[in-house]
Amino acid sequence: MTASSRDIVLSVDGLKTWFHSRDGVAKSVDGVTFDLARGETLAIVGESGSGKSVTSLSIMGLLPKPAGRIEAGKILFRDRGGKHHDLAQASAATLRRIRGAEIAMIFQEPMTSLNPLYTVGDQIAEAVLQHEGGSHAAALKRAQEMLERVEIPAAARRVNEYPHQMSGGMRQRVMIALALACNPSVLIADEPTTALDVTVQAQILDLLRRLQAESGMSILFVTHNLGVVAEIAHRVAVMYAGRVVEDAGVYDLFERPTHPYTRGLLSCIPTAALLASRERLQPIPGNVPSVLALPPGCTFAPRCPIAEPACTQAVPELLPVWPEHLARCIKVTPQ
Amino acid sequence: MTDTLLSPPASTSITDRATTAGGSGTARAAHRAAPLLRVTDLKVHFPTGSGRHAPVVRAVDGVSFDVPRNTIVGLVGESGSGKTTTGRALLKLVAATAGRIEFDGHDLSSLSEKQMLPWRRRMQIVFQDPYASLNPRMSVAEIIGEALDTHKLAQDRREARISELLERVGLNADHRTRYPHEFSGGQRQRIGIARALAVEPDFIVADEPVSALDVSVQAQVLNLLQDLQRDLGLTMLFVAHDLAVVDYLCDEVVVMYLGHIMERGPTREVYARPRHPYTRALLSAAPVPDPRAPRSRILLKGDIPSPIDPPSGCVFRTRCPHAADICAQATPPARSMGPDHYVACVRLDEIDAS
Repeated sequence: MTASSRDIVLSVDGLKTWFHSRDGVAKSVDGVTFDLARGETLAIVGESGSGKSVTSLSIMGLLPKPAGRIEAGKILFRDRGGKHHDLAQASAATLRRIRGAEIAMIFQEPMTSLNPLYTVGDQIAEAVLQHEGGSHAAALKRAQEMLERVEIPAAARRVNEYPHQMSGGMRQRVMIALALACNPSVLIADEPTTALDVTVQAQILDLLRRLQAESGMSILFVTHNLGVVAEIAHRVAVMYAGRVVEDAGVYDLFERPTHPYTRGLLSCIPTAALLASRERLQPIPGNVPSVLALPPGCTFAPRCPIAEPACTQAVPELLPVWPEHLARCIKVTPQ
Repeated sequence: MTDTLLSPPASTSITDRATTAGGSGTARAAHRAAPLLRVTDLKVHFPTGSGRHAPVVRAVDGVSFDVPRNTIVGLVGESGSGKTTTGRALLKLVAATAGRIEFDGHDLSSLSEKQMLPWRRRMQIVFQDPYASLNPRMSVAEIIGEALDTHKLAQDRREARISELLERVGLNADHRTRYPHEFSGGQRQRIGIARALAVEPDFIVADEPVSALDVSVQAQVLNLLQDLQRDLGLTMLFVAHDLAVVDYLCDEVVVMYLGHIMERGPTREVYARPRHPYTRALLSAAPVPDPRAPRSRILLKGDIPSPIDPPSGCVFRTRCPHAADICAQATPPARSMGPDHYVACVRLDEIDAS
């Protein structure tokens, strides 16, 4: 696939989201660039403090104000009518209209996102009424249809239940039903399976894949789990300390990891090849730097096995190494 | 005695794990003869209320397994499987309702809290959450020193011993005066490990010790645990939900579901040829970090049932793709499938034939 053939619905370019506090400026997102194409799943993978969740909150306009601010960059989104909006600059009214109806989000812990005082049917119906109007009865009927779409058994009964009456996996299905009720073109899924057991995680990943095939929606899938990335992603953006350090198709990324951080991350997990060879895990030395005191130049340089003095001089650019494969490292020569 | 911890024991120094794990050879026969820990029909039930007829949560409901000397046994299962409760019951951190816990040939089941103290020196635990399991108002030296003082160890060379322990787990001896909040998650877990090692235990329960850590830091702690097990001849029960990590670290694996053991055996054998329908489904559901890996997923329907009202007979039957009427009748006995490999399923022959 060439760059021009991808039908881009969301384009994030040079995004910087900083948090201002008494302790200083936390540069949680300090240069994030990626494109999300129609019908595609882009995984944003990173460890804690990489800025992956702040990136998704920036797109949704859900940053805690006034501490969190978008300092630079564009978030270009194409709506259903084909009109482009820069969500980094958009008014509150525009964001409200787009959020939920065109871009929806699901979170790691559904219990904190669902209201414990309302039935799940009422919560889905409220979202439908908010964005599309119509009668409450019609909205409730849609709620039940949505519960059926996310494969909740006995949906007619479940629609009248409260979140606490459901298991973690069922609640995450309700969250997905709620997010998709208005048929958004982009779904942002922030660690949606992290709190779930593996057998339930497999069910949810399967469901997301099926829903995507049906609706053609794009998914921005935020995770720390490289196994989940391999299962669900078409493309992958690897983040480290506030920046995208590598961006590639999923096969390409696992077969030709290029940035030293990506390579390091892949040698930290027990892969089939590693287990077969009885080699040891190769940990990355040291720790993720604090966002309050990022190292100069390449933020990975202090932990990098191939760093040289030039690495700390300037922030490397995210450049193509192969077609459709970008890396932010001066030690990697473009091919 | 004090110094033995830091130098490998003469007899069991760096054994080839391939031999101990592989399932053959005399080393295996020897440790099988006298496991360090033997658990027989362990039950832990929690009352849900104060009344005599309040329903009970059957967190662990008849669990039997051995932990052979100088090995790491993985205890895996999903939430609600009872794996954490089992680990804690072995150390009597929660009271067992029934069953027998034998450690080094001695029955610990009936011991009082006071009688347990000398055994606690030999059995330690490392907790999942290094943020919650270290006292924030104690310095690192105080945390480790407290363990030494409780068991009156190294009293003549206390400070030197604390430094040794810190260096053994990959921390700087100068860190002794710092407090837990000054460390990263991985470093805190190292402090927790140093505290466990301070009393020179033979046996450690590691309860999800890397689950709260970032991937790059997980690998550091896993390699540390592996080094310590080899160098100090430790025996370990590694409680985890991450199946790949268990494959990497453990000689044997015990698979739990809703308070019962479904399957147990040598890790490589169980992973290569899982026999129980639950083990098969669990292993097939684990995400593999390789986009080209073949995926033949067995999707289980529904969720784990409530341990207050578990299904009769085999507790897995309500989600099992192979369940039949016979599965509801009695708890399936552990059936031997080869050396040290047991499976609790009455329909194995039918499943294999299908």
